[in-house]
Amino acid sequence: MGNWTMAQAITDAMRNELNKNEDVLVFGEDVGNNGGVFRVTEGLQKEFGEDRVFDTPLAESGIGGLAIGLALTGHRPVMEIQFFGFVFEVFDSVAGQMSRWRFRSGNTQTMPITVRSPFGGGVKTPEMHADSLEGLMAQTPGLKVVIPSNPYDAKGLLISAIRDNDPVVFLEHMKLYRSFRQDVPEEEYTIELGKADIKREGKDITIIAYGAMVQASMKAAEELAEAGFEAEVIDLMTVSPFDVETVIASVEKTNRAIVVQEAQKQAGIASQIVAEITERAILSLEAPVLRVTSPDTVYPFAAVEDAWLPNPAIIVEKAKEVINF
Amino acid sequence: MRGLVDKLSTKTIAQVEEQFETFQILNEEGEVVNESAMPDLSDEQLQELMRRMVYTRIWDQRAISLNRQGRLGFYAPTAGQEASQLGSHFALDKEDWILPGYRDIPQIVFHGLPLHQAFLWSRGHFGGSQFEEGLNIVVPQIIIGAQIVQTAGVALGLKRKKKDNIAITYTGDGGASQGDFYEGMNFAGAYNAPAVFIVQNNRFAISVPVEKQSAAKTIAQKAVAAGIEGIQVDGMDVLAVYKATQDARKRALAGEGPTLIETLTYRYGAHTMAGDDPTRYRTSDEDDEWAKKDPLIRFRKFLEGKKLWSEDKENEVVEQAKEEIKQAIKDADRTPKQNVTDLLGFMFENPPVNIREQLEEYTAKESK
Ligand SMILES: Cc1ncc(C[n+]2csc(CCOP(=O)(O)OP(=O)(O)O)c2C)c(N)n1
Repeated sequence: MGNWTMAQAITDAMRNELNKNEDVLVFGEDVGNNGGVFRVTEGLQKEFGEDRVFDTPLAESGIGGLAIGLALTGHRPVMEIQFFGFVFEVFDSVAGQMSRWRFRSGNTQTMPITVRSPFGGGVKTPEMHADSLEGLMAQTPGLKVVIPSNPYDAKGLLISAIRDNDPVVFLEHMKLYRSFRQDVPEEEYTIELGKADIKREGKDITIIAYGAMVQASMKAAEELAEAGFEAEVIDLMTVSPFDVETVIASVEKTNRAIVVQEAQKQAGIASQIVAEITERAILSLEAPVLRVTSPDTVYPFAAVEDAWLPNPAIIVEKAKEVINF
Repeated sequence: MRGLVDKLSTKTIAQVEEQFETFQILNEEGEVVNESAMPDLSDEQLQELMRRMVYTRIWDQRAISLNRQGRLGFYAPTAGQEASQLGSHFALDKEDWILPGYRDIPQIVFHGLPLHQAFLWSRGHFGGSQFEEGLNIVVPQIIIGAQIVQTAGVALGLKRKKKDNIAITYTGDGGASQGDFYEGMNFAGAYNAPAVFIVQNNRFAISVPVEKQSAAKTIAQKAVAAGIEGIQVDGMDVLAVYKATQDARKRALAGEGPTLIETLTYRYGAHTMAGDDPTRYRTSDEDDEWAKKDPLIRFRKFLEGKKLWSEDKENEVVEQAKEEIKQAIKDADRTPKQNVTDLLGFMFENPPVNIREQLEEYTAKESK
């Protein structure tokens, strides 16, 4: 058992898979000797050699194409996009190519690729680093999109992602990398992709969240408890396709829901969740399902980030609005 | 100071361009003009090369007509480019990987893709891309440039798996303007991976002439920036294309790095059969000029000079091609229709909940 940060848990997941399977390769910009700009691949090149863990030239589309070609020749690429804001340079490889390869080849060729990338606000990065672009990925059939909220989940989910025979976009919230530690087993374990986790049980309202917003929602749930309301907090973990069964079962129990995401209101995952709830459980609802999101501006410059991002106070406010509807 | 810098850079570009003179073996009369470069091919191999070019020309004519009758789908004509396509392919090993563009169907058919599957692909049926195990090709690429970065990956993968094989990819002169073109060559060069990049310069990207693609005088010289070998070849000369590709392949396997080959060629027909009208962007004089360079005429003259080809032989190939094409269309027609259930089944190995639900819905609908 290690008392690890999420960054360490992610490193450990990659180490585990590099050990387990010769065909697993880790590559990207600065992931080798430097161990990645967040040190998430720290030590892996030393341990597994430059043949397995290597730096690429500075070209994201090249990295995506490399992953596809390596997958075609029997490898299991774990490619890093240094910051997810740079996904636009490799959008074709991810959303246009690997996502549809199984379908295009009539189920004869597969793309067992994991696309790892840091994202997320609140850490005052320069422009085009922090944006929550998971919605763009979630709108792409053929991709799975995974966003862990803590070290334990991150390890189990990443191992599953690397073993999956379809492409998985694995997004790591920068603020969660080192903000807290958790006990993580040193042995390997997996967490099934496509399943959500109930992080807190409650009967009065369902709060659906993912990534850093799980932490914020847990804080909000504590505050709500002080006010006498028991909130159920669901961590989606796989945000696309998401675990609609767990969400609906919870809403049918609590009859009320809010969806919390860091992404702007018009982006992200929340709209899809609201739509599914409306289609499947409208008669269980005592109030409209509301969203807690960032406003529909471009991602702001660093100095105004904190005012722009959702926080526990806003979640509490929205939850009360729904409860008192 | 500025004057000096300008002069220096001009000189450097001129020097680079000088290195990229067109490589040729057979001239337009079918005469050998470069004896020392003659590839070592047996009489049978020479005849096989001719057979493939004639076959492909007939297939192109049939495909155009089938398309007009509504019996094929998407089709990009290939007449004029036979030497470039089949000469380069002839230099490959059966296990080499091909990453084709939409026009590079002849290469993958001669690599082993059954003709009826090529027709299915043209119709947009997934049966066309269900490749037999061991047939090392990928689905023809529509996104220009995507195949080039992927080639770097396949080449590195082959090197890692210690295979004695290369990855070859094709694009056009327009494709050489893509960022992915540079990224792919650069990656393959940086990893010293066994890749061969072929740019078939048929002078037009749909309607835009190559002169408007780039200020570079040749596409071959773009290899310089990636630090890899580059060569410009007469793309109407099947022996020159074969020899250049064979050399590139050997170098790649010897660990001497990737090569960019620019083949100077011409497409006689439309860009695709989806309404393109070449008379809008090129003159009949230009067409006539290039018709004189025809790779089939040139190679036929060469072979006839060696008593390796005759009208009878050619007619035999034409008849065989027509027969096989007829049969392939029949086979394609017999292939069961695809339905939405099939597609849903091809999204993931383990369908997640949304796919499972939709599968159920469409299975019920489509099994009626
Ligand atoms: C990324 C991308 N941009 C644009 C197109 C549309 N398009 C299809 S073919 C073509 C011209 C390609 O010309 P070239 O690379 O010279 O190849 P050729 O068709 O002449 O063989 C264009 C612009 C495309 N398929 N992909």
